[in-house]
Amino acid sequence: MPEVVDCRGLSCPEPVMLARQAMQEAHEDMVTVMVSNAVAKDNVTRTAKAMGWQVTIEEEGEDFKLMLMMNR
Amino acid sequence: MRDRLSIIVAGAVVGLLAVVLVLQGNPANMGFCIACFVRDISGGLGLHRAGVVQYLRPEIMSLVLGAFVTAMYVREFKSTGGSSPILRFVLGMLMMAGALIFLGCPLRMVLRLAGGDWNALVAMPGYVLGVWLGALFLRRGYTLGRSQDQTPVSGFASPFIAVVLLILLFTAPAFIFFSEEGPGSMAAPITLAAGAGLLVGILAQRTRLCTMGAIRDLILFKDYHLFLGFAAIFVVALIGNLVTGQFVPGFAGQPVAHVDQTWNFLGMTVVGLAAVLAGGCPMRQLILSGEGQSDALITVFGMSGGAAFMHNFGLAGSPAGVSPAGQWIVILSLILLFVIGAGNIRMRSVAGIRQQAKAS
Repeated sequence: MPEVVDCRGLSCPEPVMLARQAMQEAHEDMVTVMVSNAVAKDNVTRTAKAMGWQVTIEEEGEDFKLMLMMNR
Repeated sequence: MRDRLSIIVAGAVVGLLAVVLVLQGNPANMGFCIACFVRDISGGLGLHRAGVVQYLRPEIMSLVLGAFVTAMYVREFKSTGGSSPILRFVLGMLMMAGALIFLGCPLRMVLRLAGGDWNALVAMPGYVLGVWLGALFLRRGYTLGRSQDQTPVSGFASPFIAVVLLILLFTAPAFIFFSEEGPGSMAAPITLAAGAGLLVGILAQRTRLCTMGAIRDLILFKDYHLFLGFAAIFVVALIGNLVTGQFVPGFAGQPVAHVDQTWNFLGMTVVGLAAVLAGGCPMRQLILSGEGQSDALITVFGMSGGAAFMHNFGLAGSPAGVSPAGQWIVILSLILLFVIGAGNIRMRSVAGIRQQAKAS
């Protein structure tokens, strides 16, 4: 079961901090982060890319599902 | 790369407009000061009766409207709220209290520095200390909790208030106060001030420019993205002041400033810590309120209430310095901020968030 970090309703920097922690502690190559605002979407994306992860973004209603994949 | 360029451009435009606004009539080193301007608006509405700082500053209203229109256009407008509203109100009050001790929000601190006001050089490490303390709380799991989706009515509140204030400015009914002397009487022409605010509102919405985030992200993540904008404000304002002869270095006799260094330092510590706990500097709160976040609007109301409190009870700093009562306010603010910070540590980790999600 891949990790899902639910950051909906949280504002930055909290989603970034939680996503970073999830990536650092990930047991698998994939971490999914749910966010509910564009700022969090942009910031988590920037952070993940800076940490060398690939990011795929899906819109889910008014929220965003960010799928972070570790580069091997 | 494009991101990086746009935040630098946004900062540079803020710095440039600040210099232009002062040349065109705004008080010295006060081209843009969100705290000062919200305070002036509170005075204009009669919430406080300090006769020298009453004016409905159009920069504030157009900043909100610029952010609102942009957020609508890029489909980022989202009506949310309900994350610890009372604490946000108090944080807004404390942020304003600290700013009115030093005499400026973080934005004006940078502009004062760019004008050669060395008192801001003392305030800067105080501000960084405040942000650093806030980062400690964040690292330990500080959060004001999740916001909830709200109906659009709540999100439209901030732009609606901005429009009403603009109408009051243009019609100038008798119950609105306009300073006849002092900083409140010094203002750039309305159209220029409104245009400047609009442009900054648009840029700040797009780039997320924030004078607190600039320092916070450096401390937390060694991420200097927002800091580039912060630095650009300083560099361009400095060059602008040098070119136009507005750079006057020194400690004493600086415009709308005092030399009580302990309180310059600690006042900005209060602002820095309050801004981290509230999730944004005064300018960022206005922008977020324009994007539909009523949590940010509550913080702005807190700022307005804080301004009224500080001036009605004679607590605000003045060119003469900070009164003993004002000094007590700084100490009390710091205590309150520690209580709010320590009392809201709840998400320790990703695991905590998962459990929280299951429970809800």
